Amino acid sequence: MDQHVATAPHVGEAHAHHEELGFLRKYVFSIDHKVIGLQYGITALLFLFFGFTLMMLMRWQLAHPNHPIPAMYFIVPIAIIGVVVLLISKFKPSLSMLVGVLFLGLAALVSYLTSGDDRMPGGIMLPEFYNQLGAMHGTIMVFLGVVPLAVGAFGNYVVPLQIGAPDMAFPKLNAVSYWSYFVGGVVMLVSFFVPGGAANSGWTSYSPLANVATTGQTYWLVGMVFLITSSLLGSVNFIVTIIQLRAKGMTFMRLPFFVWAQFVTSFLLLLAFPPLEAAGILQLMDRLAGTSFFLPSGLVVAGQPLQVSGGGHPILWQHLFWFLAHPEVYVLILPAMGILGEVIANNTRKPLWGYKSLVYAVIFLGFMSFIVWAHHMFLTGMGTVISAFFQTTTMIISIPSIIILTALIISLWGGSIRFTPPMLFALAFLPMFGIGGLTGLPLGLAPTDIHLHDTYYVIGHFHYVVAPGTLFALFAGIYYWYPKVTGRKLSDMMGKIHFWGSFVSINFVFLPMFIQGFAGVSRRLSDGAQQYAHAQNMLPWNEVMSIGAWVLGAFQVVFIVNFFWSLKRGESVGDNPWQATTLEWSAAPTPPPHGNFTKTPEVYRGPYEYSVPGKSRDFTPQNEAD
Amino acid sequence: MQIPYTVELRSDTGLFNAKLGVWLFLASEVMLFGALFSSYVLLRVGAEHWPHGWEELNIPLATLNTVVLISSSVTMVMSWASLKLNNFKKYKMYMGLTILCALIFLVVKAFEYGHKFEIGHLPGTSTFLAIYFTLTGLHGLHVIGGIILNGYLWGPGSKMWQSAPDRFTNRVEVAGLYWHFVDLVWIFLFPVLYLL
Repeated sequence: MDQHVATAPHVGEAHAHHEELGFLRKYVFSIDHKVIGLQYGITALLFLFFGFTLMMLMRWQLAHPNHPIPAMYFIVPIAIIGVVVLLISKFKPSLSMLVGVLFLGLAALVSYLTSGDDRMPGGIMLPEFYNQLGAMHGTIMVFLGVVPLAVGAFGNYVVPLQIGAPDMAFPKLNAVSYWSYFVGGVVMLVSFFVPGGAANSGWTSYSPLANVATTGQTYWLVGMVFLITSSLLGSVNFIVTIIQLRAKGMTFMRLPFFVWAQFVTSFLLLLAFPPLEAAGILQLMDRLAGTSFFLPSGLVVAGQPLQVSGGGHPILWQHLFWFLAHPEVYVLILPAMGILGEVIANNTRKPLWGYKSLVYAVIFLGFMSFIVWAHHMFLTGMGTVISAFFQTTTMIISIPSIIILTALIISLWGGSIRFTPPMLFALAFLPMFGIGGLTGLPLGLAPTDIHLHDTYYVIGHFHYVVAPGTLFALFAGIYYWYPKVTGRKLSDMMGKIHFWGSFVSINFVFLPMFIQGFAGVSRRLSDGAQQYAHAQNMLPWNEVMSIGAWVLGAFQVVFIVNFFWSLKRGESVGDNPWQATTLEWSAAPTPPPHGNFTKTPEVYRGPYEYSVPGKSRDFTPQNEAD
Repeated sequence: MQIPYTVELRSDTGLFNAKLGVWLFLASEVMLFGALFSSYVLLRVGAEHWPHGWEELNIPLATLNTVVLISSSVTMVMSWASLKLNNFKKYKMYMGLTILCALIFLVVKAFEYGHKFEIGHLPGTSTFLAIYFTLTGLHGLHVIGGIILNGYLWGPGSKMWQSAPDRFTNRVEVAGLYWHFVDLVWIFLFPVLYLL
């Protein structure tokens, strides 16, 4: 992706003593971790927006089932965003112009999706299409949006800077990792255009449903293989970088908490994804080579017995899938907690409370996340003994999560808090993630899970973890590191509007889900449970949630405008505008040149020496000698 | 800009980057094949009928292949040791032998597959054959990957011996670690599929 504007203010000096690379080598097939980080970031943000759009279509359907959906309400706003970004770019070749054009492309894609007799005849959404939206919303948000943003973008950009490394350990692999992710994303998008549309068996792709699903499922599996390859290359790269390329004096216990979080996350990605790849290979064999790994004998589909050898196990897919997908939950949340650590320490002007317990808790959490997977499967009939085991490990894993959250909350105590936009998002994360975490306990206990399983309660639970949890932390990260990347601050005013609007409206989207879930409203119903008697007095909530989603969407436009407006008009800042202690602020120029540091930094102290008594300033950078 | 520790060892870890990287990659591969072996176990214990490997498969050919693959691991080590002893000619010979063994393995495997297809034993015939073709097929892909990698180090990639001999030796060592892993997977596959 083009990153012209982002580096424009300093590009001359930064690259003065490097040979000039051509446009393609510099911005497209770059091997600089910062450019790759930005490529990841921009791509992931666009996918997040697309995943959000799919959700808006679903929410409109749920609020007014079986009524025509006015497609123009979707296409026109997206096109307007594109035009606004183009106007900001003044049609000069730049990042803004590229993104503006991509938004127009997105509007075209949405107009394709909202037409067609096999999707929305006469504007009325078919259940089959609703299933595609549901499956692809989940897939895109998790695998193409949040993880690439949290790990690919923030990890790539920030980790080498924070440990004092000139780049990642394997710069070329890093580029391959991004392009593999890109291809995976393209395959997922293309799948909307094949007969039968995109994958429609849920983001979990449970067998045997996914085995007999339309061609889109094959595309989903192939796309996942690319995404898994990408994350494999990325995680190897992160672990080697963190172990091998730490600057002199940067011991493990002096690593910023963000680096620790990325370190553990990389191990989860490295070891948890391969079983899903194995599962994907088996499902591909089932779909293409006629095997029946996941198909039991005597399966009847649409009244016809399936002509397969049989003898397979549908539950096997669930085990393999959740062996990835539970650690994946921690892949979603750990980098977010890492960002929180940086933002909270910086904005309270005091050290993180319990840095060591945070580190040990994260390691323990990472380990435990591998032995809780079957708590997603209490209702498969796997037996009470196994359920009891997984319920116990699930209760145990809540302990390190609570240690982390508690340490972050105590860190606020007695600080002189700066209510900057990143800090506002970080502060909102704490209670929101708290709700998400605590509502998980009834799901982790087998007896209560029987009632709540597959209801809207589950959706509410994990969205509280990922949306006002992880995504808010990622927003905090964007507001926090934007000045380092661009040399300019995002507008505080627009940032605060974005924060308060999102914070209020997002609770209208997800809080009613708990109410609906307690009442027994099932998830994945394309009519919002209108057909069920027990759900009748829960239906008005559908409208509340949908309005909440639209308001939430409207406030994200403020963010998009802020992002591009501030590239040119934002307040110009120096190397360390937040008066931070970690190396990316204290040792690297803004924006960092190729190779990151003008002189190799050396580390003398821990990461969060704020307000040290006897010092003239309230922060002591890690690279400052005594 | 220079990435540190591409050739020289970092003093506190005792490793160069690529060596750590390949070990991590292999850890990931262990999880991949581990998941497939676990699937094999679960499918087998859940099956009403499961044939013994020797009833369906050709043990003499597989034994031959086992010998071929173990030999290739030995020649792989020899090729690396030759570089350490500064003997580039011997390196070429041993690396060539490694690639040759890998090719022999694939040819034998192709005969096995061909025979199965001839008598109508396809992946869709039974779950046993399904897991047999999946596991050996995936292993075969790894063998092909190894041939490409070693072929590069034998052919065009070996020019690096002139410009950066230490770095080239490291590359061969790392490729060797991968190749031993491919060998090791077969050492597990052979008894699990053919003998049990």
